[in-house]
Amino acid sequence: MSGTSQMANSFDVVVIGGGLVGASIAYGLAKTDPRTTVAVLDEGDIALRASRGNFALVWVQSKGVGMPEYAGWTVRGAGLWPAFAAQLKAETGLDVCLQQPGGFHLALSDTELERRANLLQRLHNQPRMQRYDYEIMDHSRVKAMMPEIGPEVVGASFCPLDGHVNSLRLFRALHTAMVGAGVRYLPNHPAESIAYEGGAFRITTPKGEIRAGKVVLAAGNGNARLGPMVGLDVPVRPQRGQVVVTERTQPFLPHPVVTIRQSDEGTVMLGDSVEEAVEPKVGLPIVSAIAERAVRMFPRIGGLNVVRTWAALRVMTKDGFPIYDQSLSCPGAFVATCHSGVTLAATHAFVVAPAIAAGRLPAEDFEVFSARRFHVSAAA
Amino acid sequence: MFRRLPEAQGESIPFTVDGVPQLARAGDSVAAALLAAGIDHCRTTPVTGAPRGPYCMMGVCFDCLVVVDGVGNRQGCLVKVTEGMRVETQRGKREIGR
Repeated sequence: MSGTSQMANSFDVVVIGGGLVGASIAYGLAKTDPRTTVAVLDEGDIALRASRGNFALVWVQSKGVGMPEYAGWTVRGAGLWPAFAAQLKAETGLDVCLQQPGGFHLALSDTELERRANLLQRLHNQPRMQRYDYEIMDHSRVKAMMPEIGPEVVGASFCPLDGHVNSLRLFRALHTAMVGAGVRYLPNHPAESIAYEGGAFRITTPKGEIRAGKVVLAAGNGNARLGPMVGLDVPVRPQRGQVVVTERTQPFLPHPVVTIRQSDEGTVMLGDSVEEAVEPKVGLPIVSAIAERAVRMFPRIGGLNVVRTWAALRVMTKDGFPIYDQSLSCPGAFVATCHSGVTLAATHAFVVAPAIAAGRLPAEDFEVFSARRFHVSAAA
Repeated sequence: MFRRLPEAQGESIPFTVDGVPQLARAGDSVAAALLAAGIDHCRTTPVTGAPRGPYCMMGVCFDCLVVVDGVGNRQGCLVKVTEGMRVETQRGKREIGR
């Protein structure tokens, strides 16, 4: 296995990207076989880091309309989370504060609630759908579980599988755990180019060349540029989201809402925007729309001070589902890309990494996620 | 700990701290009035519960957070005392309703 690992800049596997996806996979690779030498090539502090801007939900409800396998993949990922959080805590001492008390999607009008109910029905009526519990609730049912909702909330969908974590601590715990498991972390090593020669990979960075037996692209939106260098098509684009965070308050939100959550530390995060934009910039119109909706859902949020706002870029495919793929022309090159790096973190460590270690993404789990799904002719 | 300058002028303004009547002087910020009244800490931190009192007196450090007339997390050094104002010390995080 470690034929390439004698040289200082040679590794059995090189993961390109040190965000949540890359760190989860690198950690999983090192745990799968401690003899495997693994390195993570990362950009510097100014990298466009979705992993530091995300909303930190471990979210199931409503995912998978159009691809029931993705719903199953997400349910499985949420189910793997408790063991993953416990393992991270045991190895790093860091508590990522996983809570899975079930989550809400609130509706502010009858039309919204009806649309919500229809969407979830359509999701669960798909062939091959692995059904799970969810419930459409009226105002009084929601109020019994979340007393702070305002009079404008007409109802909600509730799914007992939903939850959230402290995402910044998850990021730190993953980096601590992967280094603890023997992964070499190489910041300020952005991959400029990748060449496939004689069954191995040569990666050019500003700090010199890195050699790898296998390469895993986990560079978020950077995968679109890197993929073709190893025979992989990775059609992803940035999609902006903006987040508002308030000062800390005593706990008042016992469940996460898809656009509002109270962190373990007491801050309230509000995030409601999906924008086609390539710059991670914050804008007042969107931020005030986010705040206005949040206050209609929970009027008392209106009395809180906002301490920060930020924007980050999601990694989005045309259909919104992840891409997991292996290169046919450059065997040993893999790509993993998604916009749910938190929800799927345990899956990436416990399922994706062992498959990459074994050298093959098994068709039964992964075929549906290949980028080949985008290659059917437009007429078909 | 703090004494008013002998030449300090101004009428007395009655207000309360945790229900106890106190006297400020016209123009005092809440933080200054607390210090003048000998109150050396006005809140506890949300994380460790350590006591905190007014420090920078100019709106930067956020150590003088108090509940003013039922609204939490007010910066005591940026709010002027008014007659009958109800100031309360704050324990940890503010509550959502106040």
